[in-house]
Amino acid sequence: MGNKILTLFLTFLKIGAFTFGGGYAMIPLIQREIVESHGWVSDEDILEIIAIAESTPGPISVNTATFVGYRVAGVSGAFFATLGLVIPSFVVILIISSLLREFQEIKAVQYAFAGIRAGVVALVIKAWWTMYKKCDKTVSAYVIAALAFVAVAIFDLEVIYVLIACALAGLCVSLYAARKGEKSE
Amino acid sequence: MIYITLFLTFLKIGLFTIGGGYAMIPLIQEEMLKNAWIESADIVNFIAVSESTPGPFAINIATYVGSEMGGIFGAFCATLGVVTPSFVIILLVAKFFEKFKTNKIVSGCMSGLKPAVIGLIASAVLSIGKTAFFPDGVMLSVFTDVKTYVSLAIFAVATVMAFRKVHPIWIICLSAAAGIAAGFIIGG
Repeated sequence: MGNKILTLFLTFLKIGAFTFGGGYAMIPLIQREIVESHGWVSDEDILEIIAIAESTPGPISVNTATFVGYRVAGVSGAFFATLGLVIPSFVVILIISSLLREFQEIKAVQYAFAGIRAGVVALVIKAWWTMYKKCDKTVSAYVIAALAFVAVAIFDLEVIYVLIACALAGLCVSLYAARKGEKSE
Repeated sequence: MIYITLFLTFLKIGLFTIGGGYAMIPLIQEEMLKNAWIESADIVNFIAVSESTPGPFAINIATYVGSEMGGIFGAFCATLGVVTPSFVIILLVAKFFEKFKTNKIVSGCMSGLKPAVIGLIASAVLSIGKTAFFPDGVMLSVFTDVKTYVSLAIFAVATVMAFRKVHPIWIICLSAAAGIAAGFIIGG
C-alpha cells in the first residue's frame, strides 16, 4: 500500500513537472503514465474519468489526479496524487514570482510582455475554438452561450450568478425535453 | 486577515472553475480587480507565464497571487483554496460514480454550463484584447498609436500559428521577440 502511494505521488509529480500549459496539454501524458506504464486504470475508464474531470468544478488535471489516486489507493491515494501534481507548479511559480517583480523594471521585458499580450489573445481564441467545437450545437446552447457573453461582457454581471443561472436554464431545458419525449411516446 | 481572504477567494474560484483552463479568466479577473490584488495587464502577462511554466493555470495563478500578497504562506493558502473544491467533489463523485453518470439533474446542469463557458471565454477574449491592443483606452489608441498596429500584427501571426497547432511556448517566444524588436524601434 505504502509503495503504491509513493508511486502515485511520484507519477503525478512527473506529470505536474513536465506538462506546460496545464489542462488539456496534460491528458496525453496522464494517459501514457496511468494506463500504459502502470495499468492502474483501463483505456475506457480513463476517458470516462477525463470526461468527468472536465465536467466537475476545478482544474481538469487536479480532478483527474484526485480521481485516479482514489481509484488506485483510496482517499490517501487521492491526497498524494493531488499533492504530487501541485508541488511542481507551486515551487516553480514561487521562484518565478520573486524574479518577475524585478524583471518588470527592465525596458526590454516590458516590450516583451507588450508583444506577449498580443500573442495571448490568439491562445485564448484558440482555446475558445476548441471548447466551441466540443459544445452541443443546439438552439438552446447557442442562446445560453450568447446570454452568458452579453451578461458578463456588456452588463458586467457577476460570473458566479451567470453560471448558476445557466446551469438552471440547462436543467429546465433538458427536463422539459425529457417530459415532451415521454408524452409523445 | 489576508490569508483567510486568499483562501476563501481561491476556494470560490476553484469551485466555479468549470471546463478548466481559460474558462474562468472572467471570474479570476473579477476577483483580482475587486480585491485590487493585481491589474488587468498583469493577469494577461501571467497567462503567458503560466503557459511557459509547468502545471495548470488555476494552480499557477493561485500560487502567484498568494505569494505576491502574503509570501510563501499566502501562496500556500491560495493554492490550498483552489484545490480543495476539486478534491472534495471528485472524492464524492468517485464514490458514487455510477449514480453520478446517469443523474438527470447533473447532466441537465452540465448542458447549461458547457455553453455558458463558451460565452465566458468569448468575454475573456474581449477584455484581454482591450488590454493587449488598447492599453490607453479604445478612443485614444485607434489611429494614433503605432503600438496598437504592432500588437494587431503580432496577434494575426500568433493566431495563424495557434490554429496550425504550433506549441504555445513558441508562440509566446515569438511574440516576445517581436515585442522587443518593435519596442526598441518605435521607442517609448
